[in-house]
Amino acid sequence: MPDKPILSFIDFKLNFDTFDGVYQAIDGISFDLNPGESLGIVGETGCGKSVTAKSIMGLLPSPPAEVAGGGIWFDGRNLLKEKSSTLKSIRGNEISMIFQDPMTYLNPVFTIGKQIVDVILAHQKRGNHGRSLTSKQAFQYGMELLDKVHLPNPRRQMKSYPHELSGGMRQRVLIAMALSGQPKLLIADEPTTALDVTIQAQILELISELREQLNLSVIMITHDLGVVATVCDRVLVMYAGQIVEDASIKQLFNNPSHPYTRGLLQAVPDPAKPNKKLKGIPGALPNLLNPPIGCRFQTRCSSASEKCTRMPALNKIRTNQKVACWNVGTT
Amino acid sequence: MGRFIIKRLFLMAFMLIGLLAITFVISHIAPTDPAALAAGPDADTEMIERYRLEYGLDQPVYVQFGNYLTRLMNGNWGTSILTTRAVADDLLLYFPNTFELVVFSIGIAILLGIPLGVTAAVLQNTWADHTIRILTVSGVAMPMFWLGLMTQLYFALYLGWFPLGGRMNMMTDPPDPITNLLIVDSILRGEFGTTAEALTHIVLPAVALCFPALASIIRVNRAEMLETLKQDYIINAMAHGISMVRIVSVYALKNAMLPTMAMIGLRFGWMLGGTVLVETVFDWPGIGLYAVQATISSDFEPIMGATIVLGGFFMFTNLIIDLVYAWLDPRIRGQI
Repeated sequence: MPDKPILSFIDFKLNFDTFDGVYQAIDGISFDLNPGESLGIVGETGCGKSVTAKSIMGLLPSPPAEVAGGGIWFDGRNLLKEKSSTLKSIRGNEISMIFQDPMTYLNPVFTIGKQIVDVILAHQKRGNHGRSLTSKQAFQYGMELLDKVHLPNPRRQMKSYPHELSGGMRQRVLIAMALSGQPKLLIADEPTTALDVTIQAQILELISELREQLNLSVIMITHDLGVVATVCDRVLVMYAGQIVEDASIKQLFNNPSHPYTRGLLQAVPDPAKPNKKLKGIPGALPNLLNPPIGCRFQTRCSSASEKCTRMPALNKIRTNQKVACWNVGTT
Repeated sequence: MGRFIIKRLFLMAFMLIGLLAITFVISHIAPTDPAALAAGPDADTEMIERYRLEYGLDQPVYVQFGNYLTRLMNGNWGTSILTTRAVADDLLLYFPNTFELVVFSIGIAILLGIPLGVTAAVLQNTWADHTIRILTVSGVAMPMFWLGLMTQLYFALYLGWFPLGGRMNMMTDPPDPITNLLIVDSILRGEFGTTAEALTHIVLPAVALCFPALASIIRVNRAEMLETLKQDYIINAMAHGISMVRIVSVYALKNAMLPTMAMIGLRFGWMLGGTVLVETVFDWPGIGLYAVQATISSDFEPIMGATIVLGGFFMFTNLIIDLVYAWLDPRIRGQI
């Protein structure tokens, strides 16, 4: 690794203080993201992917969210310790985020143009791009951005309202907004889940293209391993608020090592064998109000044994592959 | 848009006729003898019968209603037995007073209600929210006339800040009518002394009248703001570093205003109906007082006249509310 990581999670813990008790949503995750790298985070619903992403942006309402330890370092700053004004200047200018459902992330009562111009003007007020655009220039820049994300007829779209656009178009608008502050890191929280398959492919292609053009680092949160294979260099597999495997794309698909990762891969349909019955992972996520002691996957793992009641560490088993499992590794 | 307005105005005409029919029937099945009342206490049976024939009061109700509508179409609103003047003239005299009072009152309710609702939502479950809640609960619970009496007692009698009641001082000459709205006319005529006087007279009744509306506007606006602030597009705006002030006052408020507008429209209608209580307490020469006095003395034509004016005004307000809706929400704009 030649470069200093752009983003580092160090033993980050986050709880939700709910009426029923303390919900341990994120339990001590650590990883680095290198400049220009595209990192996928996969796992089933409720395993902490989105929470991880939102805590980078500081977007989790507190209460109930409560940081219980560790740090998130971005560009030499601990995001958990920064003032809210600093966070505001980081949001959109250095780290941008696009979300799952483009249908609901645009304000229904304002035009696309007004929303983009607003974001551009907010960025230049807080960022240090040395720009001072008038609102007319911001409008022009907004159209350039829409053009950059391949939205046809930008001038007309600037005057449209969100309900007049299709889902794919709206996701393009959201991506254009996310790029308006020229961020270094783009977090995409399930950006294609709500879109149909052909549009999915277009959006993924767009993200890859922009990544190369703008030298973006990308964190792609998804439960779709196909998406990961298309756009990511490296993958984190999360289970119940922990990282169970951290591997390069190649290793993940060739040598999936954690039983959970193997389970996930077996659950992907194979187009060559359409009649083959898919294998699911039996059971459900453990209740994080009261998680099992030791490995959190033990309740659903076929190879669980005595030693799994102790917590396994994330050990390096090969180059570009770390796994947290007692049954794997130290070969 | 133009077609929508024309369609609505067309419908309004039918609704008004329906409203008139109901009012007409109810007022005519009431067990009083209008002919006897109209002819006066000293009239003998013969005079009453002559009067009955002359005014067609011996005809079936539907014939009477038809006659009434025909007369109305010709611009004849009838005569008030009570004031012995043409109903149209009476309405022209009394309705502007009520109009001023209600508009002033709903103005206070909107200007105070929306900021307070937003404040309560943003500072949810803090002392500010609780204080505003006390205001709203008491606003809904307090009877208007009681609140009116209390404000009279404290602000007029004890502190002496405002006059006790009435539209203006007895000795003051009203400005020559242009719009018949006292405040507007006095400004147009440059008689600012009269404007100030009219304003001091309108404050207490307007406050008493606005309280229930204020309370419900705050409650609806607060609930809607809370709901809106949880929406994804608010999170998106936050993720792009847009300031919280702008998010609340522009991004969220415009969305939260839609249901609030509906409440404002409803409350406006209730205010028109409820104004009679306040007009009585404050001796306000308005249409509510006029209509109630007409009802008590079975004076039909003023009742019908007041019904037309109040009903038409209410329907017109609703049309305006719908247009504001369309202005606020592009999705509705697309449909009309």
